Formats: sequence, structure tokens, C-alpha cells
Amino acid sequence: MTVVKVETMPVDSESQVVAVRQTVRSWAGELGFSLVDQTKIVTAASELARNTIKHGGGGSLKLESLNEGIRKGLRLIFEDHGPGIPDISLAMKDGYTTGGGLGLGLGGSKRLMSDFQIESRVGEGTKITVVRWK
Amino acid sequence: MDRIPILRMGEFLLVTIQVDMHDRLAMSLQDDLTTRISETGARGVLIDISSLETVDSFIGRMLGNIASMSRVMDADTVVVGMQPEVAITLVELGLSLPGVRTALNVERGMDLLRDSRKNSEEHR
Repeated sequence: MTVVKVETMPVDSESQVVAVRQTVRSWAGELGFSLVDQTKIVTAASELARNTIKHGGGGSLKLESLNEGIRKGLRLIFEDHGPGIPDISLAMKDGYTTGGGLGLGLGGSKRLMSDFQIESRVGEGTKITVVRWK
Repeated sequence: MDRIPILRMGEFLLVTIQVDMHDRLAMSLQDDLTTRISETGARGVLIDISSLETVDSFIGRMLGNIASMSRVMDADTVVVGMQPEVAITLVELGLSLPGVRTALNVERGMDLLRDSRKNSEEHR
């Protein structure tokens, strides 16, 4: 697998969520994803960006466009240095929330993407990597 | 800070969301709408989301809140114009907008509001 293009952007304020949506949409469009797929990727990114800000106290997003054989993909890596998630399987559950939201962010974005990977250490931070393959 | 305009049309309020809303803008729309319902005594709210390319759980929650708040203030809410790809994504995300009435376009949404006004007046 080769990484064709990389970009990193800050995800540290609420208004940045809109910028994340716009950047992710333009990358997904450039890679030739269908409108439905673009919408899924952008929505997942929006959920994860808000988590990074609300729960992680801000962080960054790394976008990577991938080539693997004939297939193309878009990888998004959200990373923060916040408090971390003590119980990941609980956090992944639909309806579980500590932020007063609907509790759909993690479980929902997993459903919207092809691959979903979460690493978290209490006191150190959280890294969420998602990929959508075309 | 910019705001989303709320238009009055007879006894209904119309909102057309044409920008990609950041969270605070969505919150202020919620507040502005409840204020306007109480000021005008509006009996219905129509929210046109046909220009929205993304509806995530935050905006979905806001739509649900607006519907609940207007219900307790004796006004109906109809959300119209959802793009097909937004609908697909919302359901996959796990959000089916319970308690929010929807219509395909503005015209059907207005019909829905008028009908429900007529029904509630007949029951009086």
C-alpha cells in the first residue's frame, strides 16, 4: 500500500469542524468517491472531529490518500492528547455518551467507514484511524 | 455572529438552511426559533434542508430538539428536502429522527402543516 498524498490540519476549535468537513469532502471528491460515499465519509469525519474537540480537548487530523493495487482509499487519522478512553467497548456502544450528545459518534462512524481502529491510553490520549475504500 | 434567517408566512415560520452550520450556529437557530414562535404565536415551523450536504448527529439532534420544543409551544415542525445521500447516511449512522415529521419538498411540507392545523381546529 502506498500513501499518495498527505495533509495534516488542526482540530482544536468548534468552528474547525466545518473546515474538516470541507477538506474531507474535497479529498473524497478528488478520489472519485460517489456522492453517497462522500457524504458517509464527511459525516464520519464530522463526528470524529467533534469527539476530538469535546473529549480530547483538541488535536489534529491527518488525511492520506491511498493506493493498494487497483483500489484507492482515503484514510483519516484523528489524534488528541486528552484524557483517553478508559473503556473502549463501552464508548463504542450506541447511546453511550459522556458529552451530553446522542452517543452515536464512534459506533456510527465505524458503520460509515470500511476500516475503523481505535487506540487510547488513559492520561495520554486517543488515536482513531478510519479508512474508506473505493 | 451570522444567523440563519427565519421568515414568517401567515401562521407559519420558514427556515431555509443554506450554509454548512457550525455547532454554535445550530444552537442559536434553536433558540431563535423558540423565541420567534412565542413572539408570533406561529402554529407551524417548516425547515428546508435541501442545501445541506451533511447532517451529522449534532444537527440531527438539533432538528429533534426543535420539533420537541415547538410541540410543547403548540406548533408543528416539518423538515423538508433531505437529500437522498443524507438520508442514507443518517440511517446508517443510527439516527432516524424520531419525532420529526418530514416531507419531500416545501410544497408537501406546507400541505402537511396546513392539514394538521385544520385537523386540530376541527377537534376544538
